Amino acid sequence: MKLITAIIKPFKLQEVREALIAAGIDGLTLTEVKGYGRQKGHTELYRGAEYTVDTLPKIKLEILIEDDKLKVVTETITSSAGTGKIGDGKIFITSVDDVIRIRTGETGGDAI
Amino acid sequence: MKLLNLCLILLATVSSPAIFASEINSGDTAWILTSTALVLLMTLPGLALFYGGLVRTKNVLSVLMQCFAIACIVSVLWVLYGYSLSFYGEGNFFGNGDALFLSNVARDGLSVGYATSIPESLFVIFQMTFAIITPALVVGAFAERMKFPAMCLFSALWLTLVYIPACHMVWGGGLLADWGVVDLAGGLVVHATCGVAALVVAMVLGPRKGFPGPSLVPHNRPMVVMGAAFLWVGWFGFNAGSAWTAGTDAGMAMLVTHISAAVGALTWMTAEWFKTGKPTVVGIATGMVAGLATITPASGTVGPQGALLIGFLAGSVCFYATQLIKGTLKIDDSLDVFPVHGVGGIMGILLLSFLGTKGILSVGSSGDFNPITQFIIQLKGVGVIVLWTVIFTWIAIKATSLITSLRVGEEDESEGLDLIEHNETGYQN
Repeated sequence: MKLITAIIKPFKLQEVREALIAAGIDGLTLTEVKGYGRQKGHTELYRGAEYTVDTLPKIKLEILIEDDKLKVVTETITSSAGTGKIGDGKIFITSVDDVIRIRTGETGGDAI
Repeated sequence: MKLLNLCLILLATVSSPAIFASEINSGDTAWILTSTALVLLMTLPGLALFYGGLVRTKNVLSVLMQCFAIACIVSVLWVLYGYSLSFYGEGNFFGNGDALFLSNVARDGLSVGYATSIPESLFVIFQMTFAIITPALVVGAFAERMKFPAMCLFSALWLTLVYIPACHMVWGGGLLADWGVVDLAGGLVVHATCGVAALVVAMVLGPRKGFPGPSLVPHNRPMVVMGAAFLWVGWFGFNAGSAWTAGTDAGMAMLVTHISAAVGALTWMTAEWFKTGKPTVVGIATGMVAGLATITPASGTVGPQGALLIGFLAGSVCFYATQLIKGTLKIDDSLDVFPVHGVGGIMGILLLSFLGTKGILSVGSSGDFNPITQFIIQLKGVGVIVLWTVIFTWIAIKATSLITSLRVGEEDESEGLDLIEHNETGYQN
Protein backbone atom coordinates (compact mmCIF):
# COMPACT_ATOMS: atom_id res chain seq x y z
CA MET A 1 0.00 0.00 0.00
CA LYS A 2 1.10 3.53 -0.67
CA LEU A 3 0.21 6.86 0.91
CA ILE A 4 0.16 9.62 -1.66
CA THR A 5 0.63 13.09 -0.20
CA ALA A 6 0.07 15.81 -2.77
CA ILE A 7 0.51 19.56 -2.27
CA ILE A 8 -1.50 21.46 -4.87
CA LYS A 9 -2.76 24.93 -5.73
CA PRO A 10 -6.08 25.60 -3.99
CA PHE A 11 -7.89 26.63 -7.15
CA LYS A 12 -7.07 23.28 -8.76
CA LEU A 13 -8.78 21.25 -6.04
CA GLN A 14 -12.07 20.86 -7.82
CA GLU A 15 -10.43 19.58 -11.02
CA VAL A 16 -8.15 17.18 -9.15
CA ARG A 17 -11.05 15.74 -7.17
CA GLU A 18 -13.14 15.21 -10.26
CA ALA A 19 -10.22 13.55 -12.06
CA LEU A 20 -9.53 11.25 -9.09
CA ILE A 21 -13.16 10.23 -8.83
CA ALA A 22 -13.13 9.46 -12.57
CA ALA A 23 -10.00 7.35 -11.98
CA GLY A 24 -11.82 5.28 -9.37
CA ILE A 25 -10.40 6.77 -6.16
CA ASP A 26 -13.14 6.74 -3.55
CA GLY A 27 -11.71 8.69 -0.65
CA LEU A 28 -9.11 11.22 0.39
CA THR A 29 -8.17 13.48 3.28
CA LEU A 30 -7.76 17.16 2.61
CA THR A 31 -5.96 19.81 4.68
CA GLU A 32 -5.54 23.53 4.08
CA VAL A 33 -1.86 24.21 4.60
CA LYS A 34 0.69 26.97 4.17
CA GLY A 35 4.24 26.76 3.00
CA TYR A 36 6.80 27.93 0.52
CA GLY A 37 9.09 26.52 -2.13
CA ARG A 38 10.44 28.05 -5.29
CA GLN A 39 7.31 30.15 -5.66
CA LYS A 40 8.07 32.01 -2.39
CA GLY A 41 5.33 34.17 -0.91
CA HIS A 42 3.56 37.32 -1.98
CA THR A 43 3.63 40.97 -1.00
CA GLU A 44 0.97 42.85 0.89
CA LEU A 45 0.55 46.56 1.60
CA TYR A 46 0.07 48.52 4.79
CA ARG A 47 -0.30 52.31 4.52
CA GLY A 48 1.98 52.55 1.54
CA ALA A 49 4.59 50.16 2.90
CA GLU A 50 5.12 46.83 1.23
CA TYR A 51 5.80 43.71 3.25
CA THR A 52 6.30 40.11 2.31
CA VAL A 53 4.12 37.29 3.46
CA ASP A 54 6.53 34.40 3.00
CA THR A 55 4.06 31.53 2.92
CA LEU A 56 1.36 30.67 0.44
CA PRO A 57 -1.88 28.78 0.97
CA LYS A 58 -1.90 25.29 -0.52
CA ILE A 59 -4.06 22.21 -0.29
CA LYS A 60 -2.60 18.96 1.01
CA LEU A 61 -4.28 15.77 -0.21
CA GLU A 62 -3.65 12.39 1.41
CA ILE A 63 -4.74 9.31 -0.52
CA LEU A 64 -4.19 5.70 0.49
CA ILE A 65 -4.05 3.24 -2.41
CA GLU A 66 -3.01 -0.26 -3.44
CA ASP A 67 0.41 -0.43 -5.09
CA ASP A 68 -1.03 -1.17 -8.52
CA LYS A 69 -2.89 2.12 -8.65
CA LEU A 70 0.20 4.22 -7.98
CA LYS A 71 0.91 5.14 -11.59
CA VAL A 72 -2.71 6.00 -12.37
CA VAL A 73 -3.09 8.22 -9.34
CA THR A 74 0.16 10.13 -9.74
CA GLU A 75 -0.52 10.70 -13.41
CA THR A 76 -4.04 11.86 -12.68
CA ILE A 77 -2.86 14.38 -10.09
CA THR A 78 0.04 15.58 -12.24
CA SER A 79 -2.17 16.25 -15.23
CA SER A 80 -5.13 17.75 -13.37
CA ALA A 81 -3.17 19.94 -10.91
CA GLY A 82 -0.62 21.25 -13.36
CA THR A 83 -0.57 24.75 -14.82
CA GLY A 84 3.03 24.62 -16.02
CA LYS A 85 4.01 27.49 -13.73
CA ILE A 86 6.13 27.56 -10.59
CA GLY A 87 4.01 26.68 -7.57
CA ASP A 88 2.06 23.73 -8.96
CA GLY A 89 3.14 21.62 -5.98
CA LYS A 90 4.64 18.18 -5.30
CA ILE A 91 3.63 14.58 -4.78
CA PHE A 92 5.23 12.48 -2.03
CA ILE A 93 4.92 8.69 -2.06
CA THR A 94 5.27 6.72 1.16
CA SER A 95 5.03 2.98 1.79
CA VAL A 96 2.45 2.05 4.41
CA ASP A 97 2.69 -1.05 6.65
CA ASP A 98 -0.98 -1.61 7.26
CA VAL A 99 -4.38 0.08 7.52
CA ILE A 100 -7.30 -0.74 9.79
CA ARG A 101 -10.93 0.28 9.26
CA ILE A 102 -12.08 1.28 12.74
CA ARG A 103 -15.73 0.29 12.32
CA THR A 104 -15.15 -3.31 11.17
CA GLY A 105 -11.57 -4.04 12.11
CA GLU A 106 -10.77 -4.99 8.48
CA THR A 107 -7.11 -4.64 7.55
CA GLY A 108 -4.96 -4.25 4.44
CA GLY A 109 -6.54 -3.87 1.01
CA ASP A 110 -10.03 -4.54 2.38
CA ALA A 111 -9.80 -1.45 4.57
CA ILE A 112 -8.96 1.00 1.78
CA MET B 1 -56.13 100.27 -5.52
CA LYS B 2 -52.45 99.59 -5.65
CA LEU B 3 -52.27 100.20 -1.94
CA LEU B 4 -55.09 97.71 -1.36
CA ASN B 5 -53.32 95.05 -3.39
CA LEU B 6 -50.16 95.58 -1.46
CA CYS B 7 -52.05 95.28 1.77
CA LEU B 8 -53.66 92.03 0.65
CA ILE B 9 -50.32 90.55 -0.36
CA LEU B 10 -48.79 91.56 2.93
CA LEU B 11 -51.71 90.12 4.82
CA ALA B 12 -51.54 86.84 2.90
CA THR B 13 -47.81 86.59 3.46
CA VAL B 14 -48.15 87.08 7.16
CA SER B 15 -51.25 84.99 7.73
CA SER B 16 -50.48 81.89 5.65
CA PRO B 17 -46.88 80.87 6.02
CA ALA B 18 -47.85 77.38 4.83
CA ILE B 19 -48.64 78.66 1.36
CA PHE B 20 -45.84 81.14 1.02
CA ALA B 21 -43.96 78.75 3.16
CA SER B 22 -40.35 78.72 3.53
CA GLU B 23 -38.74 79.27 6.71
CA ILE B 24 -36.49 76.86 8.51
CA ASN B 25 -38.24 74.60 10.96
CA SER B 26 -35.70 73.52 13.53
CA GLY B 27 -37.58 70.32 14.43
CA ASP B 28 -37.71 69.18 10.81
CA THR B 29 -34.11 70.16 10.28
CA ALA B 30 -32.96 68.25 13.36
CA TRP B 31 -34.77 65.13 12.20
CA ILE B 32 -33.43 65.24 8.63
CA LEU B 33 -29.89 65.83 9.97
CA THR B 34 -30.35 62.68 12.06
CA SER B 35 -31.89 60.77 9.17
CA THR B 36 -28.99 61.66 6.91
CA ALA B 37 -26.58 60.10 9.37
CA LEU B 38 -28.81 57.03 9.63
CA VAL B 39 -28.97 56.55 5.85
CA LEU B 40 -25.18 56.81 5.53
CA LEU B 41 -24.97 54.23 8.31
CA MET B 42 -26.94 51.89 6.07
CA THR B 43 -24.10 51.81 3.52
CA LEU B 44 -21.17 52.26 5.88
CA PRO B 45 -20.99 49.96 7.68
CA GLY B 46 -24.43 48.32 7.26
CA LEU B 47 -24.51 47.15 3.67
CA ALA B 48 -20.72 46.71 3.57
CA LEU B 49 -20.83 44.28 6.51
CA PHE B 50 -23.96 42.54 5.20
CA TYR B 51 -22.34 41.91 1.82
CA GLY B 52 -18.88 41.34 3.34
CA GLY B 53 -20.16 38.47 5.45
CA LEU B 54 -22.00 36.88 2.55
CA VAL B 55 -18.90 36.44 0.38
CA ARG B 56 -15.96 34.09 0.90
CA THR B 57 -12.98 34.78 3.17
CA LYS B 58 -10.72 35.76 0.29
CA ASN B 59 -13.13 38.45 -1.01
CA VAL B 60 -14.29 40.14 2.20
CA LEU B 61 -12.07 43.20 1.81
CA SER B 62 -12.95 43.65 -1.85
CA VAL B 63 -16.63 44.04 -0.99
CA LEU B 64 -15.98 46.42 1.91
CA MET B 65 -13.67 48.35 -0.42
CA GLN B 66 -16.27 48.53 -3.19
CA CYS B 67 -18.93 49.93 -0.84
CA PHE B 68 -16.45 52.40 0.64
CA ALA B 69 -15.16 53.57 -2.74
CA ILE B 70 -18.66 53.95 -4.14
CA ALA B 71 -19.61 56.11 -1.15
CA CYS B 72 -16.69 58.42 -1.93
CA ILE B 73 -17.09 58.47 -5.73
CA VAL B 74 -20.83 59.17 -5.57
CA SER B 75 -20.34 61.93 -3.01
CA VAL B 76 -18.03 63.79 -5.39
CA LEU B 77 -20.20 63.22 -8.47
CA TRP B 78 -23.26 64.35 -6.53
CA VAL B 79 -21.53 67.66 -5.82
CA LEU B 80 -20.20 68.05 -9.37
CA TYR B 81 -23.42 67.38 -11.28
CA GLY B 82 -25.60 64.71 -9.67
CA TYR B 83 -27.67 66.97 -7.47
CA SER B 84 -28.21 69.53 -10.19
CA LEU B 85 -29.27 67.02 -12.84
CA SER B 86 -31.58 65.34 -10.34
CA PHE B 87 -33.33 68.25 -8.69
CA TYR B 88 -33.03 71.35 -10.87
CA GLY B 89 -35.03 71.97 -14.03
CA GLU B 90 -38.19 70.62 -15.56
CA GLY B 91 -36.95 68.04 -18.09
CA ASN B 92 -38.75 64.72 -18.36
CA PHE B 93 -35.64 62.60 -17.75
CA PHE B 94 -32.82 64.88 -16.63
CA GLY B 95 -32.74 68.15 -14.76
CA ASN B 96 -30.49 71.01 -15.78
CA GLY B 97 -27.10 72.40 -14.88
CA ASP B 98 -28.17 75.34 -12.74
CA ALA B 99 -26.58 73.91 -9.62
CA LEU B 100 -23.44 72.29 -11.05
CA PHE B 101 -20.73 72.25 -8.36
CA LEU B 102 -23.59 73.16 -6.01
CA SER B 103 -23.18 76.71 -7.27
CA ASN B 104 -26.74 77.56 -6.29
CA VAL B 105 -26.59 76.21 -2.78
CA ALA B 106 -26.20 79.14 -0.44
CA ARG B 107 -25.53 78.90 3.27
CA ASP B 108 -28.94 80.34 4.09
CA GLY B 109 -30.76 78.74 1.13
CA LEU B 110 -33.97 76.85 1.65
CA SER B 111 -34.57 73.44 0.17
CA VAL B 112 -36.19 73.06 -3.23
CA GLY B 113 -39.28 71.03 -4.05
CA TYR B 114 -41.37 69.35 -1.42
CA ALA B 115 -39.06 69.77 1.56
CA THR B 116 -39.67 73.40 2.29
CA SER B 117 -38.67 73.71 5.91
CA ILE B 118 -35.05 72.55 5.87
CA PRO B 119 -31.84 74.08 4.51
CA GLU B 120 -30.96 73.22 0.93
CA SER B 121 -27.52 72.09 2.08
CA LEU B 122 -29.24 69.43 4.17
CA PHE B 123 -31.49 68.40 1.30
CA VAL B 124 -28.36 67.95 -0.85
CA ILE B 125 -26.61 65.63 1.59
CA PHE B 126 -29.74 63.69 2.57
CA GLN B 127 -30.34 62.92 -1.10
CA MET B 128 -26.63 62.18 -1.51
CA THR B 129 -26.86 59.31 0.96
CA PHE B 130 -29.60 57.74 -1.18
CA ALA B 131 -27.45 58.15 -4.29
CA ILE B 132 -24.62 56.41 -2.39
CA ILE B 133 -26.50 53.32 -1.31
CA THR B 134 -28.10 52.56 -4.68
CA PRO B 135 -24.96 51.72 -6.70
CA ALA B 136 -23.54 50.13 -3.53
CA LEU B 137 -26.49 47.72 -3.55
CA VAL B 138 -25.52 46.66 -7.09
CA VAL B 139 -22.19 45.39 -5.66
CA GLY B 140 -24.09 42.27 -4.63
CA ALA B 141 -24.54 41.33 -8.28
CA PHE B 142 -20.89 41.42 -9.33
CA ALA B 143 -19.23 40.53 -6.03
CA GLU B 144 -16.22 38.18 -5.98
CA ARG B 145 -15.24 38.62 -9.65
CA MET B 146 -15.27 42.20 -10.94
CA LYS B 147 -12.05 44.14 -11.28
CA PHE B 148 -11.76 47.23 -9.11
CA PRO B 149 -11.07 49.79 -11.88
CA ALA B 150 -14.02 48.47 -13.88
CA MET B 151 -16.17 48.62 -10.75
CA CYS B 152 -15.31 52.30 -10.18
CA LEU B 153 -15.98 53.27 -13.77
CA PHE B 154 -19.19 51.28 -14.03
CA SER B 155 -20.57 52.71 -10.78
CA ALA B 156 -19.90 56.27 -11.92
CA LEU B 157 -21.52 55.66 -15.30
CA TRP B 158 -24.46 53.86 -13.72
CA LEU B 159 -25.09 56.70 -11.28
CA THR B 160 -25.13 59.12 -14.19
CA LEU B 161 -27.16 57.11 -16.66
CA VAL B 162 -29.60 55.33 -14.35
CA TYR B 163 -29.82 56.70 -10.82
CA ILE B 164 -29.82 60.40 -11.64
CA PRO B 165 -32.53 60.21 -14.32
CA ALA B 166 -34.63 57.85 -12.18
CA CYS B 167 -34.29 60.25 -9.27
CA HIS B 168 -35.26 63.19 -11.46
CA MET B 169 -38.16 61.35 -13.06
CA VAL B 170 -39.73 60.39 -9.73
CA TRP B 171 -38.55 62.97 -7.17
CA GLY B 172 -37.15 65.87 -9.21
CA GLY B 173 -40.29 66.87 -11.08
CA GLY B 174 -39.72 64.70 -14.15
CA LEU B 175 -41.96 62.42 -16.17
CA LEU B 176 -43.14 60.05 -13.44
CA ALA B 177 -43.74 62.87 -10.98
CA ASP B 178 -45.99 64.49 -13.58
CA TRP B 179 -47.90 61.25 -13.95
CA GLY B 180 -48.49 61.16 -10.21
CA VAL B 181 -46.41 58.08 -9.37
CA VAL B 182 -46.18 57.64 -5.59
CA ASP B 183 -42.77 56.51 -4.32
CA LEU B 184 -41.99 57.86 -0.88
CA ALA B 185 -38.44 56.67 -0.24
CA GLY B 186 -37.32 54.87 -3.36
CA GLY B 187 -39.13 51.67 -4.32
CA LEU B 188 -38.46 52.68 -7.92
CA VAL B 189 -35.60 55.15 -7.56
CA VAL B 190 -33.47 52.93 -5.31
CA HIS B 191 -34.69 49.34 -5.17
CA ALA B 192 -36.13 48.72 -8.65
CA THR B 193 -33.11 50.35 -10.30
CA CYS B 194 -30.49 48.45 -8.28
CA GLY B 195 -32.40 45.17 -8.58
CA VAL B 196 -32.88 45.29 -12.33
CA ALA B 197 -29.31 46.52 -12.81
CA ALA B 198 -28.11 43.55 -10.75
CA LEU B 199 -29.76 41.14 -13.14
CA VAL B 200 -28.28 42.84 -16.21
CA VAL B 201 -24.77 43.03 -14.75
CA ALA B 202 -24.85 39.43 -13.50
CA MET B 203 -25.83 38.22 -16.96
CA VAL B 204 -23.23 40.29 -18.81
CA LEU B 205 -20.46 39.36 -16.36
CA GLY B 206 -21.33 35.66 -16.13
CA PRO B 207 -21.37 33.49 -13.03
CA ARG B 208 -18.60 33.06 -10.49
CA LYS B 209 -16.33 30.05 -10.95
CA GLY B 210 -18.04 27.15 -9.25
CA PHE B 211 -21.59 28.49 -9.65
CA PRO B 212 -23.96 26.91 -8.90
CA GLY B 213 -22.19 24.91 -6.26
CA PRO B 214 -21.70 24.21 -2.60
CA SER B 215 -18.48 26.20 -2.32
CA LEU B 216 -20.08 29.65 -2.70
CA VAL B 217 -21.34 30.10 0.85
CA PRO B 218 -21.08 33.02 3.31
CA HIS B 219 -17.78 33.12 5.18
CA ASN B 220 -18.95 35.11 8.21
CA ARG B 221 -22.58 34.92 9.22
CA PRO B 222 -22.20 37.02 12.38
CA MET B 223 -20.99 39.83 10.10
CA VAL B 224 -24.13 39.38 7.98
CA VAL B 225 -26.31 39.78 11.08
CA MET B 226 -24.43 42.89 12.22
CA GLY B 227 -24.81 44.46 8.78
CA ALA B 228 -28.50 43.58 8.63
CA ALA B 229 -29.11 45.15 12.03
CA PHE B 230 -27.44 48.39 10.91
CA LEU B 231 -29.67 48.34 7.83
CA TRP B 232 -32.80 47.95 9.94
CA VAL B 233 -31.98 50.90 12.19
CA GLY B 234 -30.68 53.02 9.32
CA TRP B 235 -33.86 52.39 7.38
CA PHE B 236 -35.79 54.48 9.92
CA GLY B 237 -33.90 57.47 8.54
CA PHE B 238 -34.41 56.28 4.98
CA ASN B 239 -38.21 56.09 5.19
CA ALA B 240 -39.20 58.35 8.07
CA GLY B 241 -36.66 60.94 6.90
CA SER B 242 -38.35 60.92 3.51
CA ALA B 243 -41.46 62.33 5.19
CA TRP B 244 -39.49 65.61 5.35
CA THR B 245 -41.04 66.68 8.63
CA ALA B 246 -40.58 65.74 12.25
CA GLY B 247 -44.31 65.16 12.47
CA THR B 248 -47.12 62.68 12.06
CA ASP B 249 -46.01 61.43 8.65
CA ALA B 250 -42.56 60.59 9.96
CA GLY B 251 -43.99 58.78 12.96
CA MET B 252 -46.25 56.61 10.85
CA ALA B 253 -43.50 55.96 8.29
CA MET B 254 -41.20 54.70 11.04
CA LEU B 255 -43.93 52.50 12.52
CA VAL B 256 -44.92 50.82 9.25
CA THR B 257 -41.26 50.39 8.31
CA HIS B 258 -40.59 48.51 11.51
CA ILE B 259 -43.70 46.35 11.19
CA SER B 260 -42.86 45.31 7.64
CA ALA B 261 -39.27 44.45 8.60
CA ALA B 262 -40.38 42.22 11.44
CA VAL B 263 -43.10 40.45 9.46
CA GLY B 264 -40.86 40.05 6.41
CA ALA B 265 -38.17 38.45 8.58
CA LEU B 266 -40.60 36.08 10.27
CA THR B 267 -42.22 35.09 6.99
CA TRP B 268 -38.94 34.33 5.25
CA MET B 269 -37.75 32.38 8.29
CA THR B 270 -40.96 30.33 8.31
CA ALA B 271 -40.91 29.69 4.56
CA GLU B 272 -37.36 28.43 4.85
CA TRP B 273 -38.24 26.36 7.91
CA PHE B 274 -40.98 24.59 5.98
CA LYS B 275 -38.88 24.13 2.86
CA THR B 276 -35.59 23.01 4.40
CA GLY B 277 -36.47 21.92 7.91
CA LYS B 278 -34.48 24.63 9.76
CA PRO B 279 -34.85 28.37 10.35
CA THR B 280 -31.54 30.08 9.50
CA VAL B 281 -29.97 33.33 10.64
CA VAL B 282 -29.08 34.41 7.11
CA GLY B 283 -32.71 33.68 6.19
CA ILE B 284 -34.27 35.82 8.90
CA ALA B 285 -31.86 38.67 8.12
CA THR B 286 -32.60 38.50 4.38
CA GLY B 287 -36.35 38.46 5.01
CA MET B 288 -35.94 41.58 7.09
CA VAL B 289 -34.20 43.36 4.22
CA ALA B 290 -36.98 42.24 1.85
CA GLY B 291 -39.61 43.59 4.25
CA LEU B 292 -37.80 46.93 4.41
CA ALA B 293 -37.30 47.23 0.65
CA THR B 294 -40.95 46.47 0.00
CA ILE B 295 -42.39 48.95 2.50
CA THR B 296 -40.03 51.70 1.28
CA PRO B 297 -42.23 53.25 -1.45
CA ALA B 298 -45.40 52.64 0.55
CA SER B 299 -44.24 53.95 3.92
CA GLY B 300 -45.70 57.39 3.24
CA THR B 301 -49.23 56.18 2.57
CA VAL B 302 -49.99 52.80 4.20
CA GLY B 303 -51.00 52.27 7.81
CA PRO B 304 -50.03 49.54 10.27
CA GLN B 305 -52.46 46.97 8.87
CA GLY B 306 -51.24 47.51 5.32
CA ALA B 307 -47.70 47.12 6.64
CA LEU B 308 -48.50 43.70 8.10
CA LEU B 309 -49.67 42.51 4.69
CA ILE B 310 -46.75 44.11 2.85
CA GLY B 311 -44.28 42.45 5.21
CA PHE B 312 -45.91 39.08 4.70
CA LEU B 313 -45.86 39.37 0.91
CA ALA B 314 -42.25 40.60 1.00
CA GLY B 315 -41.07 37.62 3.05
CA SER B 316 -42.87 35.04 0.94
CA VAL B 317 -42.62 36.39 -2.62
CA CYS B 318 -38.98 37.49 -2.30
CA PHE B 319 -38.08 34.11 -0.78
CA TYR B 320 -39.45 32.26 -3.79
CA ALA B 321 -38.00 34.82 -6.21
CA THR B 322 -34.55 34.05 -4.77
CA GLN B 323 -34.99 30.33 -5.45
CA LEU B 324 -36.18 31.15 -8.97
CA ILE B 325 -33.30 33.42 -10.02
CA LYS B 326 -30.43 31.29 -8.74
CA GLY B 327 -32.00 27.84 -8.73
CA THR B 328 -34.17 27.76 -11.83
CA LEU B 329 -32.84 30.54 -14.08
CA LYS B 330 -29.22 29.96 -12.94
CA ILE B 331 -28.32 33.66 -12.97
CA ASP B 332 -25.49 34.41 -10.55
CA ASP B 333 -26.86 37.61 -9.05
CA SER B 334 -24.45 36.65 -6.31
CA LEU B 335 -25.98 38.23 -3.21
CA ASP B 336 -29.60 38.19 -4.46
CA VAL B 337 -30.03 41.88 -5.19
CA PHE B 338 -32.84 41.44 -7.72
CA PRO B 339 -35.10 39.03 -5.83
CA VAL B 340 -34.81 41.00 -2.58
CA HIS B 341 -34.58 44.65 -3.70
CA GLY B 342 -35.95 44.58 -7.25
CA VAL B 343 -38.92 42.34 -6.57
CA GLY B 344 -39.55 43.95 -3.17
CA GLY B 345 -39.38 47.54 -4.42
CA ILE B 346 -41.64 46.90 -7.41
CA MET B 347 -44.10 44.94 -5.30
CA GLY B 348 -44.30 47.80 -2.78
CA ILE B 349 -44.85 50.32 -5.56
CA LEU B 350 -47.81 48.33 -6.88
CA LEU B 351 -49.29 47.33 -3.52
CA LEU B 352 -49.46 50.88 -2.24
CA SER B 353 -52.14 51.64 -4.84
CA PHE B 354 -54.49 49.44 -2.86
CA LEU B 355 -53.14 49.49 0.67
CA GLY B 356 -52.13 53.14 0.79
CA THR B 357 -55.45 54.76 0.06
CA LYS B 358 -58.07 55.81 2.54
CA GLY B 359 -60.82 53.26 2.91
CA ILE B 360 -58.88 50.03 2.47
CA LEU B 361 -57.31 48.79 5.70
CA SER B 362 -58.05 52.37 6.38
CA VAL B 363 -56.61 53.11 9.79
CA GLY B 364 -53.50 55.16 9.23
CA SER B 365 -53.68 55.20 5.44
CA SER B 366 -53.23 58.64 3.97
CA GLY B 367 -53.29 58.34 0.16
CA ASP B 368 -56.03 60.24 -1.58
CA PHE B 369 -56.34 58.30 -4.80
CA ASN B 370 -58.51 55.78 -6.59
CA PRO B 371 -56.83 52.36 -6.23
CA ILE B 372 -57.36 51.21 -9.82
CA THR B 373 -56.37 54.50 -11.42
CA GLN B 374 -53.32 54.70 -9.18
CA PHE B 375 -52.37 51.08 -9.94
CA ILE B 376 -52.26 51.90 -13.67
CA ILE B 377 -50.09 54.94 -12.95
CA GLN B 378 -47.75 52.91 -10.72
CA LEU B 379 -47.57 50.13 -13.33
CA LYS B 380 -46.60 52.63 -16.02
CA GLY B 381 -43.97 53.98 -13.65
CA VAL B 382 -42.54 50.51 -13.12
CA GLY B 383 -42.48 49.94 -16.89
CA VAL B 384 -40.53 53.12 -17.56
CA ILE B 385 -38.00 52.55 -14.77
CA VAL B 386 -37.42 48.87 -15.60
CA LEU B 387 -36.99 49.56 -19.31
CA TRP B 388 -34.74 52.56 -18.68
CA THR B 389 -32.62 50.60 -16.21
CA VAL B 390 -32.20 47.58 -18.50
CA ILE B 391 -31.11 49.72 -21.44
CA PHE B 392 -28.81 52.11 -19.62
CA THR B 393 -27.25 49.54 -17.29
CA TRP B 394 -26.36 47.52 -20.37
CA ILE B 395 -24.85 50.61 -21.99
CA ALA B 396 -22.90 51.42 -18.81
CA ILE B 397 -21.43 47.93 -18.45
CA LYS B 398 -20.63 47.62 -22.17
CA ALA B 399 -19.00 51.04 -22.22
CA THR B 400 -16.91 50.02 -19.21
CA SER B 401 -15.84 46.81 -20.96
CA LEU B 402 -14.58 48.82 -23.94
CA ILE B 403 -12.27 50.79 -21.67
CA THR B 404 -11.07 48.17 -19.21
CA SER B 405 -11.61 44.45 -18.65
CA LEU B 406 -14.52 43.63 -16.36
CA ARG B 407 -13.44 40.39 -14.73
CA VAL B 408 -10.35 39.01 -13.07
CA GLY B 409 -8.83 35.87 -14.63
CA GLU B 410 -9.75 32.38 -13.50
CA GLU B 411 -6.70 31.83 -11.31
CA ASP B 412 -6.99 35.29 -9.79
CA GLU B 413 -10.64 34.65 -9.01
CA SER B 414 -9.60 31.50 -7.14
CA GLU B 415 -6.87 33.37 -5.33
CA GLY B 416 -9.41 35.98 -4.21
CA LEU B 417 -9.89 39.66 -5.00
CA ASP B 418 -8.46 40.82 -1.65
CA LEU B 419 -4.95 39.80 -2.56
CA ILE B 420 -5.16 40.21 -6.34
CA GLU B 421 -6.86 43.60 -6.47
CA HIS B 422 -5.74 45.18 -3.21
CA ASN B 423 -2.63 43.35 -1.95
CA GLU B 424 -4.29 42.90 1.42
CA THR B 425 -5.94 40.03 3.23
CA GLY B 426 -8.92 40.19 5.55
CA TYR B 427 -7.64 37.76 8.14
CA GLN B 428 -4.12 36.96 9.32
CA ASN B 429 -3.18 33.63 10.82
